[in-house]
Amino acid sequence: MLEVTDLTKAYGSGAAAHVAIDRVSLTIPQGELVSIVGPSGCGKSTLLRCVAGLITSTAGQVVLRGEPVQRVPDGLAVVFQDYGRSLYPWLTVRDNVALPLRRTTRVRAARRAAADASLAAVGLPGVGDKYPRQLSGGMQQRVAIARALAADPVLLLMDEPFGSVDAQTREDLEDLVLRVRRERDITTLLVTHDIDESVYVGDRVIVLTAGPGQVRADLPVSLPEPRDQITTKELPEFVRLRTEVSRLVRGRDAATFPRRVPDNRLADSE
Amino acid sequence: MRWLWRGLVLVAGVGGWQLWTSAAGSAFFPRPSAIVARMHHLWFSGPAAHLFLTPDATGNILPSLGRVLAGLAIATAIGVPLGITLGRSTVVTSYLNPLLQFARALPVVTMAPVFIVLFKIGTEMEVATIAFGTVWPILLNTIDGAATVDPVQLDTGLAFRLSPRQRLVWVIVPAALPKAFAGFRLSLSLSLILMVFAELVGSSNGIGYEMSNASNAFDMTFLWATIVLLGILGYLLNALLGGAERLVLGWHTDKGLH
Repeated sequence: MLEVTDLTKAYGSGAAAHVAIDRVSLTIPQGELVSIVGPSGCGKSTLLRCVAGLITSTAGQVVLRGEPVQRVPDGLAVVFQDYGRSLYPWLTVRDNVALPLRRTTRVRAARRAAADASLAAVGLPGVGDKYPRQLSGGMQQRVAIARALAADPVLLLMDEPFGSVDAQTREDLEDLVLRVRRERDITTLLVTHDIDESVYVGDRVIVLTAGPGQVRADLPVSLPEPRDQITTKELPEFVRLRTEVSRLVRGRDAATFPRRVPDNRLADSE
Repeated sequence: MRWLWRGLVLVAGVGGWQLWTSAAGSAFFPRPSAIVARMHHLWFSGPAAHLFLTPDATGNILPSLGRVLAGLAIATAIGVPLGITLGRSTVVTSYLNPLLQFARALPVVTMAPVFIVLFKIGTEMEVATIAFGTVWPILLNTIDGAATVDPVQLDTGLAFRLSPRQRLVWVIVPAALPKAFAGFRLSLSLSLILMVFAELVGSSNGIGYEMSNASNAFDMTFLWATIVLLGILGYLLNALLGGAERLVLGWHTDKGLH
């Protein structure tokens, strides 16, 4: 479904070049939800932006459904971290969700109906006429998810989607992501810096090294379904996984100790 | 309650003016009651069918307003599209910027003789003066607005594969609009000044023309009537713009930025 091969992205050139990700390879089968975690500045966001076709890589390639990604591919949807900036404040919630549908759906009423259905699916019925700023942060991020799902994407990219909401809302949104994964066959890449979250929602967790980001580990997550915020998180398997991921992210052994951390922070968009 | 107090302050101000001018009895400072009576007689005592406007009003106020609106329309038609284009191409703007700053710094009044030669004295020259003077705030503010669109908003448009046209209509223009409006507000007050100036320089009708007549005839009440009329027009145009702004930019202004 999604194949990333030796993907490298350097900012700048020559001696001053900063390598954000270095020969990252990963394969994601149809319908899988893969969490990507790593220390701050490991190039998580750069990886996501390369996969989205928003920036061009320096070397290597991204192949989505057999097609090399050169520009933003069809069937892609993105949920950005910063919902406050990625939802358009001049559009109502419904128009925000319906805007990407303009490309495929000519009839306005059909777009509105699809937007309302998508809003209802994320638990926000009846807010279509409001403006984004009239909603709480968690609700705004739900709108962003509704917008991403409205066009029926095959690949969903989420860039630290729940980084700026409170803990309770975050758990609700994680459960929403799990529900979407259960109900729909969308391949999902979720970038996060939250280790518990990566294990809780993921079918697999990919750990990147500190910059330049390389794949350090690729761990399958075999937690029983349906997952639950309380019971799943007390399972020995969950505890074992989160400990392992935590250890990998911290990368205490000398070989992968973060080099040039201060520079690397510049590369990650956060 | 607050509007009541505001109204009271206005009434007190005008009342003070009335008392002071009555006491002073100066020929140069007629009483406001006399000014209002003259305004009514000059412009607003017409037949109901003409909205109470006298021939003097339709022959002078309307042409002046027409020039202001025509000048602003031209300035907007040039300033907004050009501003969006320049704002989105940083390279072109960096080359053009010295030129723009120079042209903007030219006092418009100094361009009036040029326009007189170009267009002869008359409406064309007056509209050209207003348009040339008011295009700069609109243009420069729109450039700024289009150049500072949030990168996340642009990325979102790209990530959802909006066409270039859709990104322009649904992302860039709305994002640039608040600053374009700020520029337009400056241009609006400038346009009245330039209208009076252009009509003083040479015109066969208009509010500036009436002012010049009143001044030549030492008719102080008439002169003050035109000044008060200009104040009222400026206030009304501004209020109209405020209404339009709330309508178009409700998402922006209601946030409590103003």
